[in-house]
Amino acid sequence: MKVTLKIWRQADAASKGAMHTYEVDEVSPDMSFLEMLDVLNERLNAQGEEPIAFDSDCREGICGMCGLMINGEAHGPEVTTTCQLHMRTFKDGDTITIEPWRSDAFPVVKDLCVDRGALDRIIQSGGYISVNTGAAPDAHAVPVPKDKADRAFDVATCIGCGACVAACPNGSASLFVGAKVTHLGELPQGQAERDRRVVNMIGQHDHEGFGGCTNIGECTAACPKEIPLDVISRLNWDLHAALRHGK
Amino acid sequence: MTAEKDTVLDMTDLTQSPEADSPEAHSPDDEPNDAAGYYADGTPLIDKKTPTGPIDERWENRKFNARLAAPANRRNLSVIIVGTGLAGASAAATLGEAGYVVKSFCYQDSPRRAHSIAAQGGINAAKNYKGDGDSVHRLFYDTVKGGDYRSRESNVDRLAEISRNIIDQCVAQGVPFAREYGGLLDNRSFGGVQVSRTFYARGQTGQQLLIGAYQALERQVAAGTVETFTRHEMLELVMVDGKARGIIARDMVTGEIETHLADVVVLASGGYGNVYFLSTNAMGCNVTATWRAHRKGAYMANPCYTQIHPTCIPVSGEHQSKLTLMSESLRNDGRIWVPKNREDCDKDPRDIPEDDRDYYLERIYPAFGNLVPRDIASRQAKNVCDEGRGVGPLVGDFRRGVYLDFTEAIERMGKEAVEEKYGNLFDMYAQITGEDPYEVPMRIYPAVHYVMGGLWVDYDLQSTIPGLFVTGEANFSDHGANRLGASALMQGLGDGYFVLPNTVRDYLADGPFEKIDEDHPDVVAARAAVEQRINKLLTINGDRSVDSFHRELGHIMWEYCGMERTAEGLRKGIDLIRSLREEFWRNVKVLGSAESLNQSLEKAGRVADFFELGELMCIDALHRRESCGGHFRAESQTEDGEALRDDEHYSYVAAWEFSDDGEPPVLHQEHLVYTAIEMKQRSYK
Repeated sequence: MKVTLKIWRQADAASKGAMHTYEVDEVSPDMSFLEMLDVLNERLNAQGEEPIAFDSDCREGICGMCGLMINGEAHGPEVTTTCQLHMRTFKDGDTITIEPWRSDAFPVVKDLCVDRGALDRIIQSGGYISVNTGAAPDAHAVPVPKDKADRAFDVATCIGCGACVAACPNGSASLFVGAKVTHLGELPQGQAERDRRVVNMIGQHDHEGFGGCTNIGECTAACPKEIPLDVISRLNWDLHAALRHGK
Repeated sequence: MTAEKDTVLDMTDLTQSPEADSPEAHSPDDEPNDAAGYYADGTPLIDKKTPTGPIDERWENRKFNARLAAPANRRNLSVIIVGTGLAGASAAATLGEAGYVVKSFCYQDSPRRAHSIAAQGGINAAKNYKGDGDSVHRLFYDTVKGGDYRSRESNVDRLAEISRNIIDQCVAQGVPFAREYGGLLDNRSFGGVQVSRTFYARGQTGQQLLIGAYQALERQVAAGTVETFTRHEMLELVMVDGKARGIIARDMVTGEIETHLADVVVLASGGYGNVYFLSTNAMGCNVTATWRAHRKGAYMANPCYTQIHPTCIPVSGEHQSKLTLMSESLRNDGRIWVPKNREDCDKDPRDIPEDDRDYYLERIYPAFGNLVPRDIASRQAKNVCDEGRGVGPLVGDFRRGVYLDFTEAIERMGKEAVEEKYGNLFDMYAQITGEDPYEVPMRIYPAVHYVMGGLWVDYDLQSTIPGLFVTGEANFSDHGANRLGASALMQGLGDGYFVLPNTVRDYLADGPFEKIDEDHPDVVAARAAVEQRINKLLTINGDRSVDSFHRELGHIMWEYCGMERTAEGLRKGIDLIRSLREEFWRNVKVLGSAESLNQSLEKAGRVADFFELGELMCIDALHRRESCGGHFRAESQTEDGEALRDDEHYSYVAAWEFSDDGEPPVLHQEHLVYTAIEMKQRSYK
């Protein structure tokens, strides 16, 4: 099949970007979306035009490195990561628009690559349980009810790709923060730092320039790991509790 | 959840044999030397750090004898750690907690993305929570035997011992392992072994463990003990006065070449399976950090030991960029077959009558059937495809795939039960191939998955370069010639949380070290070499893309240094690699500039190092005229076509020293002595 691509190109963070149009022939429906871009890049290289920069690493949907706005949707039309999207989702003759993640907190590095360091800094502000190596009690010292452990796991599957931010009209990372607060807050090991964790993480979230949550739900619809919207309810609940506790 | 049949082993010989003879040295005089002329013999290598005495006291003794650096002094001692997977992130966090000044580097945009994240099955630990007779000694035993007696027993025993602490640490960090209704941790059996010792977090154990280590790392960033450098790639090791004193790294966003100096350098940069181009590794996995260290004097050990996983999704076309693994547990219920007749290969498999199908594993290995060990299942799949009986799309002139058929399982168990057991894998398969495995048999093919080889390290995880330590998949130490399922995560975290922090302090106790600055001639030279190399890559301006060279190299490696190796094939492979490498340096085309994000340039540097590694892998495979674990030499097999070890001549670690470009590498042998386990030949009949 043949597709027309409209791709955002931008030399670096300081430069102005623009959409460029490319045609790609001989696309196989079995190609992944990123393999289709690989094919385009090989051709550009042969023609002497610098290949398009885009991020990817594991290409099996778990590392969170890839992420493109495809026809205005984070990771494209299916509930998956960009690397797991395949060309059979598209039709011969389609025009596909490809942009980097949209968010003030994720500045463009080059072409389709963005800087998501803000998410690491949110984790630094409290997304952990403080336990030095070697200081842990026996793993069976504290039982964890299965429903709590399962819930913790379900939300711990967040891959930190940033699709929730890119999809949100407010550019909020509330789903990301809520997932971490819920993961650690469900577990007995996470209780000691629960109040300060939520306060500090939300503080850092706002400081980074992410927007506020207005319960639109685009984030959870775009999330390739289907993190549920109610982690944001949990986030608000925990914040109120912390404030009541005078944190 | 992989069916690790390698460990379906006779468990009756647990008696220790402390008087086991040390094997004879390999001498070129008493054995045909296939690799004569390709390498030079060096002096034997002895690990001076391994403690003696009863095996279960060695680690305790080493920890006690390793000197301490006083807390106040640690603020003046610095460590560079390259890589943020399980082995790197855990080490950075732990050394930061101890108060050392740590710099952590990764090529990804966040430490959380390292490829440990993709590990599915689980992590072994000798907790014996099931009361099923597990113990440190049994885990030790299974691991040495699974590694086909090519690992160092002291290291493996230590790994089995600390496995228990790893689980404690991860649970305390909030890793959401699977639990039972009583609130205690669930375990499963990882096929083959007779105990349930595998802890897991659904099919995403690697992800959850890495997030735990990453969070511990980020906590230290906030505490100011660790500084992270993301989108940075190590391109050279800095050595001063014979010691590792830092790295030259490229800021992949600005292109700036940076010098980072420290008292110790730790490489936790993962494995080099991407030398095959197609593998289950992430796109960016590479050998550059370890290869640069190798060129500066760190020996590379057992580079030919490669694990090839039998149940991956096959290649669908020339555009393929990577391969995806599916859990080996599928072999418990799926039946593997190919058509008996070549002319049936492009037919709808449902139209091929039962009589025209060849269930080749069930036919050749009636006792184990579809559950033969990984290496045998992989090799036989290649054999039937080489005969022209492979299925799936033609890629080049070949169909590289075999059917994994659940029709019988669906009839026997019902669709619902199959869905319950394998649903997520079937979904993954459908997502990638667009085919419904409930209706049409799946297609599978083996893929490179893990490398047991890596930089040689002593018991302290220190390489042959003082001050250079190596952890995780990047070192060679614990898995011998074959790694067992659910053991990679154990080794990565064991090295990073518990081994390295206890051994590196002995080295650092010699500090404070002489201050060096960026103007030191050795530092300036290392930096100049990096700049020159980048400049060279950007100015060749030939006709071929980096990927086209990488793809061709991968094809050579797969063909001649893959699942089945022969002397003739390996020599041909070496010739082909040499001429391709020569063409690369004359004809590669890398566009863009050095002063910006340039993914072609990054790849070019990595592929350049893969050429040199690939040649050494072939030489290592050529010199080792035996079959063991992930190394099968056609010349060394039993009448039944099974791997035949040669303990008399090859019971050693092959540690290779780099010579000047164009000169043959030098082989140093570290002889393996077993005092706590008796060597046995494995059998699956």
